[in-house]
Amino acid sequence: MSGGVRHYPGFAAIAALCLAILYLPLGVVAVYSFNASTSITAWGGFSWRWYIDVFQGPEAPRFRAAAWNSVTIAFLAASVATAIAVAAAVAMVRSGRFRGKSATFALISLPLMVPEIVTAVATLIFFSTIGLTPGYLTILIAHITFCIPFAYLPVAARLSGIDPAFEAAARDLYASRGQAFRLILLPLLAPGIVSGWLLAFIISLDDFIITNFVKGAGMETLPTAIFGSVKQGIKPNIMAISTMLLAVSILFVTLSWLAGRTGRRAAAPS
Amino acid sequence: MAAAGPAPGAARGPAVPGDRPLTLPLLLPAWAVIGVFLVVPVGLMVVYSFLTQGFRGGVIWEFSLAAYDRFFLDRGLFGDEPPRLEWTYIAVFWRSLWQAGLATLTCLIVGFPTAWFIATRPARSRTAWAFLITVPYWVNLLIRTVSLRFLIRDQGPVNQALIALGLTDAPIQMLNTDFAVQLGLFYSYLPFMVLPIYAAVERYDFALSEAAADLGASRWVALREVVIPSVRPGIVAGCLLVFIPSLGAFLAPDLLGGAKTYMIGSLIEDQFKGSLGNWPFGAAVSVILLSMVLVALLFYARNQAREGRA
Amino acid sequence: MAEAAVVVRDAVKLYGGVVALDGVSLSIRDNEFFTLLGPSGCGKTTLLRLIAGFERLTSGAIALHGQDIADLPPDRRPVNTVFQHYALFPHMTVLDNVAFGLKMRGVGLAERRRRAGEMLEMVHLSGFAGRFPAQLSGGQQQRVALARALAPGPRVLLLDEPLSALDLKLRQAMRVELKTLQEETGITFIFVTHDQEEALTMSDRIAVMSAGRLQQVGAPREIYEEPVNRFVADFIGETNLVPVEVGAVAGGLAPVALPGGAVLQLAAAPGSEGRHHVSIRPERLRLAPSGAGQLSARVERIIYKGTDLQLVARMAGGGELHVRIQNTARADLPPPGAEVGLVLGEGAARLLAD
Ligand SMILES: Nc1ncnc2c1ncn2[C@@H]1O[C@H](COP(=O)(O)OP(=O)(O)OP(=O)(O)O)[C@@H](O)[C@H]1O
Ligand SMILES: [Mg+2]
Repeated sequence: MSGGVRHYPGFAAIAALCLAILYLPLGVVAVYSFNASTSITAWGGFSWRWYIDVFQGPEAPRFRAAAWNSVTIAFLAASVATAIAVAAAVAMVRSGRFRGKSATFALISLPLMVPEIVTAVATLIFFSTIGLTPGYLTILIAHITFCIPFAYLPVAARLSGIDPAFEAAARDLYASRGQAFRLILLPLLAPGIVSGWLLAFIISLDDFIITNFVKGAGMETLPTAIFGSVKQGIKPNIMAISTMLLAVSILFVTLSWLAGRTGRRAAAPS
Repeated sequence: MAAAGPAPGAARGPAVPGDRPLTLPLLLPAWAVIGVFLVVPVGLMVVYSFLTQGFRGGVIWEFSLAAYDRFFLDRGLFGDEPPRLEWTYIAVFWRSLWQAGLATLTCLIVGFPTAWFIATRPARSRTAWAFLITVPYWVNLLIRTVSLRFLIRDQGPVNQALIALGLTDAPIQMLNTDFAVQLGLFYSYLPFMVLPIYAAVERYDFALSEAAADLGASRWVALREVVIPSVRPGIVAGCLLVFIPSLGAFLAPDLLGGAKTYMIGSLIEDQFKGSLGNWPFGAAVSVILLSMVLVALLFYARNQAREGRA
Repeated sequence: MAEAAVVVRDAVKLYGGVVALDGVSLSIRDNEFFTLLGPSGCGKTTLLRLIAGFERLTSGAIALHGQDIADLPPDRRPVNTVFQHYALFPHMTVLDNVAFGLKMRGVGLAERRRRAGEMLEMVHLSGFAGRFPAQLSGGQQQRVALARALAPGPRVLLLDEPLSALDLKLRQAMRVELKTLQEETGITFIFVTHDQEEALTMSDRIAVMSAGRLQQVGAPREIYEEPVNRFVADFIGETNLVPVEVGAVAGGLAPVALPGGAVLQLAAAPGSEGRHHVSIRPERLRLAPSGAGQLSARVERIIYKGTDLQLVARMAGGGELHVRIQNTARADLPPPGAEVGLVLGEGAARLLAD
């Protein structure tokens, strides 16, 4: 049997267990977010009440403000980081070999290598030294910085799969440099850009540690608001928010994955 | 007449004649943002670790070794008696290293078979499996940790299930234990272990296993002697990707562990909260943590270089 | 004679430390089907890319119809390229691909539609305008690439191994089509290939390259019949390289002593006395009884090749000789081990500079 050497007894069970462990807590929280009961322990039947509570309950204004901050910061940070990442990827992938190339790659990946807590400390110290008051702007700057590698990787991966002959052909057919980029490279690169932007968006939306350090008093994003509430105990409305955030993340990752997949089929040199 | 070659020192590439090289201007934004908002801050953090503690957070711009002295030494270098090591913080680091190491090991033991299993699926279901393993990573770490806390607390679903099944009479305390922290770290970083190993196994040539079997090796011998050496770069990468964030983890120890499971992340965080903090000390602890991570990365880079040569 | 379409002078191209072109000078006539032929890595693509403008010369000059173009980007050179793997834009329809060059030149929508349609008709693909490249076969993609490159009306068309991705039958059909197209349009074609048969059948002139240098430029017949050196003789077709001793050159002729003693009078450049090689094509050797002919050898084996047979014989000095025999007279072939004589036809041996 040809599959013989691929099969190890027990590995399938471990893989199944692995998936179960990964999804069980999320599933349980998602289920309990629909619990009609005020107690988080007993099941009181299905209800939307906690979702309504999130939007209309006593804490609604706080959550609304936090959600607004989270979403706008994630949108801006992902957009700026993606623009920077696309420029960098074009230079890195299309410039052949140049001095400082591997140093530049190390620099771009640096936010992935420095532990988050260290980035948080360093960023706080930096803003405090230059006298920038912690708030929306400091969070935004920090998020742009650590989003760059997340946007860069899918864009660069995609770009290195695009045959440079396409751009050469465009130039050969009298397209200027700008036209070759806009009419040929950009459409071919689009799935990578979409994928990178979506990942950067989620990463920004999810960040807690760095945001917590540089947000300043009175400023909240969804994760810091949730963290603040959880410290007093897990309430059902937190489970409802978590479930919504969960749904958004899963939606975005799925979109990003699909973008990467459909794109790959079209990009291979004909 | 000769066409002008690239200016010395300028980025050279396959730019066509007549085009200005754009490499520099294209890279400039990335350099600037990461340079100014990450490299400079890390440098500043190193500087802060050698400053004097301010009264209500912050620092006084005076050189001082107090932060490192507090971390390492119980009795100072300059007293009459010989200096003595201070164990409090070293113990925190030790516990963190131990926790992170154990979490890495657990992730490896579970992650390797999982990665192997996924990589040996038919192409179609393989990407779906890989996707399923990745999704939780993109779900907010805070939410995942909170979910776990909800699950394993004394009145939580796990204990309820255990009691209902008659396996225990009273709830088993899981929250605020080392076990909870382990579970949290494992749960947080498992995808980091699975994905690089999966990538390595996917490139593995199964004919090698067939050759080993043909020469009389059992599955498990083949695994040890042929498979693991072949996919080692993936395993090393996975271990590093789990170990580094575990070492500096904040959420899992903070939300799942108790006072007994104090780790580096919480130690650092405490130095910057409220007026009781000690910024130079927090900076010093961060510098020490970062140095340890850099050592791990250097080890990895050397390992990669060696693999590349082999 | 027509004016030169492309003149390359002392072109040198370095990639880091790699010498891709080592001082190439070349003049390509207008309306000519010109082929660059050579083994893999000899610099054919590099030369083509330099003419197209995708690479910068390290030193040297390139002129197009008398205009120096070395510093112009590709979009300012009236030259178009058919890429080896076609590089058809995957996100555009066939029609948009073909119209792209016209669009970039500012031709209006209606006019470029019309011209692109004409081009598609020329390559027999009128029905495929709305398809995407991925929905075409290899041969169809090749025609679209051709139509796209011809649409803007270039004066010079560059083709980098455009037939290499096609199967044998299609390749043979496309050779004829390409040649016809070139004759009809009167555009200068610069064609890159490493397939000598392709080069010989299609070209007006061939440039044989090796290791970044030109070895010989000439009409197919010249290249085959009168190779100037061992590389060209060996690379184009099959040949026997026989070591000889060249005597004093006088009046362009010299006595050339073959192994075994026979002496031929061959054309020789002044100063080529000494040890050299002659090239003898296998089809120009005739079998004779032992002792007859200018060479003698012992038959080693006979290889069956369909239309003809190849007889492998070894000379007394150790050198191998290949003789091509039409597949008609099998009965009177000498058995392996037999001593045979070999007769050189008139002009069969050509003295080579090394
Ligand atoms: N971008 C590059 N960087 C470095 N070296 C290169 C580059 N392009 C070509 N070379 C080198 O230059 C030499 C000539 O390459 P070129 O592509 O012109 O060969 P070719 O004759 O077209 O070969 P083939 O028939 O295989 O296409 C080769 O040795 C090649 O390795
Ligand atoms: Mg080539």
